[in-house]
Amino acid sequence: MSSLTISKLHKSFGPVEVLKGVDLEAETGEFIALVGPSGCGKSTLLAMIAGLETVSSGEIRIDGKLVNSVAPKDRDIAMVFQSYALYPTMTVRENITFGMESRRVPRAAQAEAVKRVASLLQIEPLLQRKPGQLSGGQRQRVAMGRALVRDPKLFLFDEPLSNLDAKLRVEMRSEIKRLHQRVGKTTIYVTHDQVEAMTLASRIAVMYRGELQQFAEPREVYDRPTNMFVAGFMGSPSMNFIPARLADGGGVAVVDGPDGARAALALARPLTNAGSDRAVVLGVRPEHISPARGNGFAGKPGLAMLDAMVELVEPTGAETMIGLRHGEREIVARFDPDDAPRVGETITLALDMAKACLFDAQSERLIG
Amino acid sequence: MANATLSAIDFDPAYARAARRYFIGRVGVYSFLILFAFIYLLPLFVIVANSFRPLPEIIQNGLIGIPHSLSLKAWGQAWDSYCVSGTCEGMHRNFFNSLEMTIPATIISTLLGLMNGYILSKWRFRGSEILFTCMTFGVFMPGQLSLMPWAFILGKLGLANSIGGLILIHCVQGLSFTTLFCRNYYLSIPDDLIKAARIDGAGFWRIFFKIVLPLSPPILIVTVIWQFTGIWNDYLFGVVFSSGRGQPITASLIGMASGGISVRVYDVMSAGVLIGAIPPLLIYFFGGKYFVRGLTQGAIK
Repeated sequence: MSSLTISKLHKSFGPVEVLKGVDLEAETGEFIALVGPSGCGKSTLLAMIAGLETVSSGEIRIDGKLVNSVAPKDRDIAMVFQSYALYPTMTVRENITFGMESRRVPRAAQAEAVKRVASLLQIEPLLQRKPGQLSGGQRQRVAMGRALVRDPKLFLFDEPLSNLDAKLRVEMRSEIKRLHQRVGKTTIYVTHDQVEAMTLASRIAVMYRGELQQFAEPREVYDRPTNMFVAGFMGSPSMNFIPARLADGGGVAVVDGPDGARAALALARPLTNAGSDRAVVLGVRPEHISPARGNGFAGKPGLAMLDAMVELVEPTGAETMIGLRHGEREIVARFDPDDAPRVGETITLALDMAKACLFDAQSERLIG
Repeated sequence: MANATLSAIDFDPAYARAARRYFIGRVGVYSFLILFAFIYLLPLFVIVANSFRPLPEIIQNGLIGIPHSLSLKAWGQAWDSYCVSGTCEGMHRNFFNSLEMTIPATIISTLLGLMNGYILSKWRFRGSEILFTCMTFGVFMPGQLSLMPWAFILGKLGLANSIGGLILIHCVQGLSFTTLFCRNYYLSIPDDLIKAARIDGAGFWRIFFKIVLPLSPPILIVTVIWQFTGIWNDYLFGVVFSSGRGQPITASLIGMASGGISVRVYDVMSAGVLIGAIPPLLIYFFGGKYFVRGLTQGAIK
């Protein structure tokens, strides 16, 4: 049973088309992350699910019921806003009960619900305070409390963590994950942070320019991105794109190096029907590049070698980012700190071809 | 170390010059400020002093002078016994006329402004921006432009020469100001609050009363002060659309000056002017700091 179904959804603001036919569906209890750069239409999509924006064309169904023109209050949803949107003149308790007051829930039931949510989020000591007297993290909790106090069919989160500092963000992220595991409600979570999407979601919807690029489980989005946009957007530092040509009947990608030198990289999955001399882009994530030295590297299967010059060494503690130059291209690799080379050195890189993605240079789509 | 203390005691001509220049500069600035404060406050002083000086003393010593003896007689006369155009009951009736006109007109125009501002900022609809532009046009329109239309409308409604007519005029004339104030203030209330409330199940009125209105005191004070002083001090509509005992106090003051008596009663005139000025002064006195605060709110953050 899917609790949210979106089909062929379009949205235009005047002449500007913000959503160009989005299809999406969420199973009951699922955690869907809508991710994409700013302006990709993800927040608009969320606002349309909430009923805060009108639908230009297409369908939104919640629990099978068409809700295109149903008022927000009748959609049985709860939403957490980026700005938290706590009512500044009300206490935390009044903020949480406002929705129930509007729906004329009996006082006793209200008190019961507040108690449950307050203990769930550990905000009991804050109930009598005004939002202005709370820290960012506390406000965040109250905003979630206001959503949790109802028992909606759908939870909507609009970039809820982007106003928190880095440390708190990580904490609240795990807290949201725990909460979702405990409450088990269908959740739609908008974020521009691909790490949040990866860590929280059961499925990720990557959006770009009003179109859904890929809708799949986090691992698949990361390992097998459908196109170069998704590949570049997910992961930090982002995937290296190395232009190449297919040769040898589709079994080898040839990369032009400096001074006319060429490197032939054997593909782990040869493209038999792709034809020779086709322009492709080889996508390799930084963590799939390692230094080709030490014992028995050359013998390992699925590795391809490439020489590059070290331009930049950035230790982050757990790992060290290496900025490399191969001809005119920059390549970023993620090394173990013990393997870090010196700046200026030319080293041989081992690319894990089994993990590499191959894109068509023209269409930018994944071909292998 | 010893050197440093020594040189501090030493006479430093550059430092002394700078200090002298600073001192002269300060003296200049303060003299300038005091001079202008004096010029600005002099009329108020003259009026207040004359309202307490007996008339013979004013005539003898001139309009500008320190009171030699204090008398409340002029205030009493101005309030209930001075004769203006044949009736000898002072200005208390006109004072109450002004109150009767100003209080309802202030309340009504402020309420309408709050509602307009709420709708034009938070419940936009097709054409709402154009509507708002048209409404703010009234801010720049001189009152005399609308005299003839008003004469026509009041005549049709049977409200000519009545307090009710003046209330109507001031409500409509003030609407563009109150709408402008409130709408611009409400722009600073985040739309997310309204959205959250809509999801929470609140409707138009509940959102207004529970969320928007509790956030409104700063602009409420600004609007009330603005409207109260503006309506109270209005002269044009009062003179044109009312007469005699029905006039607001601002309009009746002119009757006092052109009473046709040979002796100018400066003491009573001063007291009369002050009676007419007290309510706005009180409002500003008690609400002034909120007024300034309210005007600048949103400008900084």
